[in-house]
Amino acid sequence: MELLAVLLACVLVAVVLAIVGAPLRAARDREMAGEDVDSDTDPEHQAAYVRAELEAAREAKYLEIRDAELDLRTGKLSRADYEAVDGVLRAEALELLNRLQALDSGEGAEGGGDRGEGAGGAAMPGRPQPARERLSNPEVED
Amino acid sequence: MAELGRICLLLALIVCVYGIGVSLYGARTGRLEFSDSGRRAVYALAIVLTVAFAVLELAFLRNDFAFNTVADTSSRTTPTFYRAAAVWSSQEGSLLLWAWLLSLWSSLALFLVRRRLRDVSAYATAILLGLGGFFIALMIFYASPFQTTTPKPAEGVGLDPLLRFPTMMIHPPMLYSGYTLCTIPLAFAAGALLARRVDADWIRATRRFAMAAWLFLGIGILLGARWSYSELGWGGYWGWDAVENASLMPWLTGTAFLHSLMIQEKRGMLKVWNVSLVLATGTLAIMGTFLVRSGILNSIHAFGGATLGVPFVVLIGVLIAGSIYLVVSRREMLRSEHRLDSLLSRESIFLANNLVLVALCFVIFWGTYFPLISEAFTGNEASVGPPWFDRYTVPLALMLVLLSGIGPVIAWRRATLANARRNFVVPLACGALTALGLLAAGVTQKPLALAMFCCAAFVFGSVGQEFVRGARARRAMAGGAPPAALLGLVRRNRRRYGGYVVHVGIAVLFVGVAASSSFQHAVEQRLTPGSSARVGAYTVRYVRPTAAITPKNDTAHTGSTLDVGAVLDVSKGGRHVATLRPSQGFYDSGEPAQGTVGHLIGGQAVSHISMNGGLTRDVWTAIAPDISTPALQRIVSVGNRTLPADEAGVAIGVLAREYLKNPPPAQFHFIVSPLVMWIWIGGLIVFGGGLIAIWPTPSAVRRRVALRSRARASHGLARA
Repeated sequence: MELLAVLLACVLVAVVLAIVGAPLRAARDREMAGEDVDSDTDPEHQAAYVRAELEAAREAKYLEIRDAELDLRTGKLSRADYEAVDGVLRAEALELLNRLQALDSGEGAEGGGDRGEGAGGAAMPGRPQPARERLSNPEVED
Repeated sequence: MAELGRICLLLALIVCVYGIGVSLYGARTGRLEFSDSGRRAVYALAIVLTVAFAVLELAFLRNDFAFNTVADTSSRTTPTFYRAAAVWSSQEGSLLLWAWLLSLWSSLALFLVRRRLRDVSAYATAILLGLGGFFIALMIFYASPFQTTTPKPAEGVGLDPLLRFPTMMIHPPMLYSGYTLCTIPLAFAAGALLARRVDADWIRATRRFAMAAWLFLGIGILLGARWSYSELGWGGYWGWDAVENASLMPWLTGTAFLHSLMIQEKRGMLKVWNVSLVLATGTLAIMGTFLVRSGILNSIHAFGGATLGVPFVVLIGVLIAGSIYLVVSRREMLRSEHRLDSLLSRESIFLANNLVLVALCFVIFWGTYFPLISEAFTGNEASVGPPWFDRYTVPLALMLVLLSGIGPVIAWRRATLANARRNFVVPLACGALTALGLLAAGVTQKPLALAMFCCAAFVFGSVGQEFVRGARARRAMAGGAPPAALLGLVRRNRRRYGGYVVHVGIAVLFVGVAASSSFQHAVEQRLTPGSSARVGAYTVRYVRPTAAITPKNDTAHTGSTLDVGAVLDVSKGGRHVATLRPSQGFYDSGEPAQGTVGHLIGGQAVSHISMNGGLTRDVWTAIAPDISTPALQRIVSVGNRTLPADEAGVAIGVLAREYLKNPPPAQFHFIVSPLVMWIWIGGLIVFGGGLIAIWPTPSAVRRRVALRSRARASHGLARA
């Protein structure tokens, strides 16, 4: 077997071990330091999942609101139909924002622990804003 | 260096097994460090397979014929570009390409969702590593790209002449990227079902990969069609070959998924439909890969002597059984959150569109697999040809194009009849005017083609109307010149307007297909120099023969020994239109039994077509010259008897000169096809529309949208 092939193989094995072992070593170091190890079953992570779902639903709702407005402006919806649809969509959006706000309040009452990142990739503000002011589409993806 | 390649494969398999184990453990226990380690195993797999691929690529570039796959598919005379791409022309190399692309795309997908969907992505990681491990195991135990022969041969066999075409070299990476990208939504869908998180978040995370899969598959299919048209000597671009169909089926179900996922995102509906489509798309992609390696096909696409059928059948069985189990066991969670508000809504049109796409897929599936299954059981070779496929796919294609024009003018949730009637005026007028114009021009004998042209005009009218009204609305809101308003409209609504562009591209493509298949003129005729043939409105005159000894004059890098052809003059109404130079290349068979001279031209004869293409028509021609005449064969047999191997080329030169001096009649195939160019133009438009739809919105635009939306929403709520 060529010496170069053996050397390259050894380097590759070392690289693989370093890459896949990094999270395990970090968790072991945290355990040894007496810190908590992240678990998916932790309430914070579960709350992050709920937040991600709500934020995904929120963004989809914002997209629907914009689509309805564009449908009105391009003549696909009559004014009466648009107002009916828009009212329903905004009510649904408000419901989602209220649920997100409740999540914020719950976390704020616990001392504002690690909120994690939601689907929009933005950390939530420390002081919950009124839902009506937050009826917006911060990071709508087309 | 073959040892390094073998070590890489073994290490890759170990990484896959490890990654599957820790990912599943992390998913079940919630221990994130194990899930993260599993995700990193995918990154490590990508690194290891990159090294393996580099080893094989270097072997090809360095002409290391100790590698069996290099010796079987390359040679010292193969041009560098084709040598580099010959890696994936063999069974073994293509398996490595498949596994490598899977590891790269999987790494990208898992990296992008590393902070989200951690429970879902742990299961998805295990599934992706399982698929990767399957292909790596195939390479280790059945078809190793690093198998070597000692002593190594001095020269290789060379690349199959049919593959010496640029688009054919790019076609497999595009197609395999499409196939491997199809497995990512499959893995995440299965992961979402396993983790019991079937909301829209996993769809949002993988939507772009589903779109990318659709794009790459589409490009791969189109490149294959272009190769078929430009290289093979039959003059067609789609023959309903089993392998062509196998790539089209996941593209159809993927198209259906891209439409119905919008409904799940907006309305929480069609969840069962969406997971089924995603799982079906991924499974069909694996089945497409299976077909060329199973040994059940005798096709230009098949890897000869392939015997990987049994492992693939097992994998496909596992995928199908697993998919059915997951969907059935999670059916309660997959209930729709809402119902259709109205039959006259975009949701209904999307649903109808999906039914047509799935019906198309079913027809093609039946036509492709039933003959193979029938032959397996009865032993009789059954076949289903183009007429069968055309009978069922053409009406469905018409419906598809029509629906792609209706969808854009119907609102989401509900549309009133009065509004819909008003919105259909322009598209219907376009369709009607097209019909009247074509009927007036005498286009009456092909009603299906006429219907397709009218449906396409309907689509152009409906999409054009959308762009005009949208730009007008944008100007009313934001001001600015019309071009700026149009650009702003598209930038802010990329998915919608990118999708509209795709619809236009599909309509253009089908116009090209309908015109070229319905109004084609084809003639096969035997000609001698000076004689002519009539093809539609064109006259083709055989001016003179050509013959070239190609190792010295191989400007097209065909690799042939002898290239025999003709110069043809094409005219219309007495006016010169084009000069065509079709030829046929004769290749070395490598069989000493054919004699020192005979073997040089005794291999596969490959047609090099000649074509004059334009926006209105293509004039296409192929030649089958006759070098089996007694006079020419006498040169070969005398050369076999008297010339040593290193002087055998002299006889080929004599043969070429004799052919030029006394050319026998040659068989010609002429085709004049209208609007073929629009198939490729339509494909480019589809590609452009797909890019627009997949391109992420810049964050600056999102922030401006957010600020304006907050202001309008606050104002709206104050009024309410």
